[in-house]
Amino acid sequence: MASLLKRRTKGDVIFDTINGIFMILLCFSTLYPFLFLLFQSFGNSATISLLPTTFKITAYISVIKNSYVWSGFVNTIMRTVVGTVLSVIVTMCAAYALSKRTFPNRGFWTGLIVFTMFFSGGLIPSYLLMRSLGLYNSFWSMILPSLCSAYNLTIMRNFFMGIPGELEESAKIDGANDIKIMFQIIVPVSLPIIATIGLWNAVGHWNAWFDCMIYITEARKQVLQLILRRIVIEGTSQYMSFTGNLDDGTYTTEAVKAATTMVATLPILAVYPFVQKYFVKGVMIGSLKG
Amino acid sequence: MNKINSAEKTRIKAQKKKVGFFQNYWRNRYLVLLLLPAVVYFLIFCYGPMPGIIMAFKNYSFRLGILKSPWIGFANFKLLFSMKSFGEVFGNTLIISLYKILAGFPAPIIFALLLNEVRQERFKKTIQTISYLPHFVSWVVLGGLFMQFLSPSTGPINVVLKSLGLDPVFFLGDVNWFRSVLVSTAVWKGFGWGSIVYLASISSISPTLYEAADMDGAGRFSKMWNITLPEMIPVITIMLIFSVGGIVGDDFDQIFNLYNEAVYSVGDVLGTYIYRMGLIDMKYSLSTAVGLFRNVISFALVIFANMVAKRINEYGIW
Repeated sequence: MASLLKRRTKGDVIFDTINGIFMILLCFSTLYPFLFLLFQSFGNSATISLLPTTFKITAYISVIKNSYVWSGFVNTIMRTVVGTVLSVIVTMCAAYALSKRTFPNRGFWTGLIVFTMFFSGGLIPSYLLMRSLGLYNSFWSMILPSLCSAYNLTIMRNFFMGIPGELEESAKIDGANDIKIMFQIIVPVSLPIIATIGLWNAVGHWNAWFDCMIYITEARKQVLQLILRRIVIEGTSQYMSFTGNLDDGTYTTEAVKAATTMVATLPILAVYPFVQKYFVKGVMIGSLKG
Repeated sequence: MNKINSAEKTRIKAQKKKVGFFQNYWRNRYLVLLLLPAVVYFLIFCYGPMPGIIMAFKNYSFRLGILKSPWIGFANFKLLFSMKSFGEVFGNTLIISLYKILAGFPAPIIFALLLNEVRQERFKKTIQTISYLPHFVSWVVLGGLFMQFLSPSTGPINVVLKSLGLDPVFFLGDVNWFRSVLVSTAVWKGFGWGSIVYLASISSISPTLYEAADMDGAGRFSKMWNITLPEMIPVITIMLIFSVGGIVGDDFDQIFNLYNEAVYSVGDVLGTYIYRMGLIDMKYSLSTAVGLFRNVISFALVIFANMVAKRINEYGIW
């Protein structure tokens, strides 16, 4: 109570003001690069102003008319949905099995999985394996190699282990098997952690490009991030579509690059504030119990 | 007492042993079924590539395949260690990681401490939401973003420099600036997300400690310095140990999307080197050797880090 009643001293006021200003500056420096990109996509160039001076959507029209952006979008959505659903199911099932103390040779199976967090075959052996499995240029080359992460599995297992065993007792007496118990009793009380792992997976798939770059050579099968890389970073003109004449000054390559980046990032920016709290949950659980 | 206990234990053990190996799995068949897909995945996609590591000790040829290619012992490693580019790349990896730890490690701690002092809940939540944002944006997007943001002709920083009568700086193409760009953009992207662990540890500090300090008339800074920070030390230690453990695991995505040939001498790291050597130059054996070199070092560092962490406060990651 004493601390609540204590009035703010002059020092407190000064501290809070400076701290508040610092925090606002920090937020500004986080957001400003995105704002700059937005203005650039509207045709503003070489400016530091906080308000756009020109407002042309020509660059966006050329992005919309770019069929590679569309096919990239479709491929990205496909891999995100399929990859996330499969990952969550596989991770959840394995985590539940390993959360049971009665599981035979539990230590061995857990160790087998945890070891993969620290050692891997490396780039070339993985690449050759994928080719010999016939996954080259296949949609599944973007799903299967990242199907289950040992880290996410551990976090989920820790969460399941924290659920009191009495919850399952009545179902067990009724003779339900483990699979039934998991779906009917464990899943409903674990929705927050399932959402967290699902969202991490979804963001990972949405942002992934390296697997697509090395395994998929057909441009029509490539994901948006890779198309974006080709356009924005490598400047490959084959992937860009321009409406009208670039030289007549209506818009610039910079504006097209900025607009493509905005289009690829917008879905994340739009969804992010609403699901933000779920992202954080997993870190907390992961940090509480290693 | 002890004797009875140990006698009981052996009896339980004996009972357990009566259940046969396969019988035990049969009893848990539904759980086994649940674990099966994951185990198949790990065996194929994580353990499957591991035998391919023998390529590092062979002279791989496409015609012969991994198994029939001739063994050459440590010749690949001898060649690597004699190459000037390998030394340069290894040095870059260590230096960049070290800089990132020096600048990137304290940033989220300071941020968490200051954010904790913000009183208005809504303001605090807004700052958190904004600061986590860059963590969710890919390095492809950020690579494109920073290429334009740091552009010598149109980027805002250079616009300011030019208006002050200074020469524009080509941040991404200048060997004197490239590492600073890597470090600062990494800090920019990660400080918010990195603060979550520290905020969690701050929220678990007992309020009675602060009340006692209030009685003694302690100010804000003194409470931050004498209570909050010391209470965070265990978490800080763990995080520091593990960031040192990850020192050879470079941020491939970041560097690959920001670098160019002009800055290879300061920015090329093991990850990008392995990629170019293997998949662009098709030197499979040599690239696998670099990969193995890195994996062994990083494995040893993680094991070492975990040992240190366990010794310090009995809190390892497994």
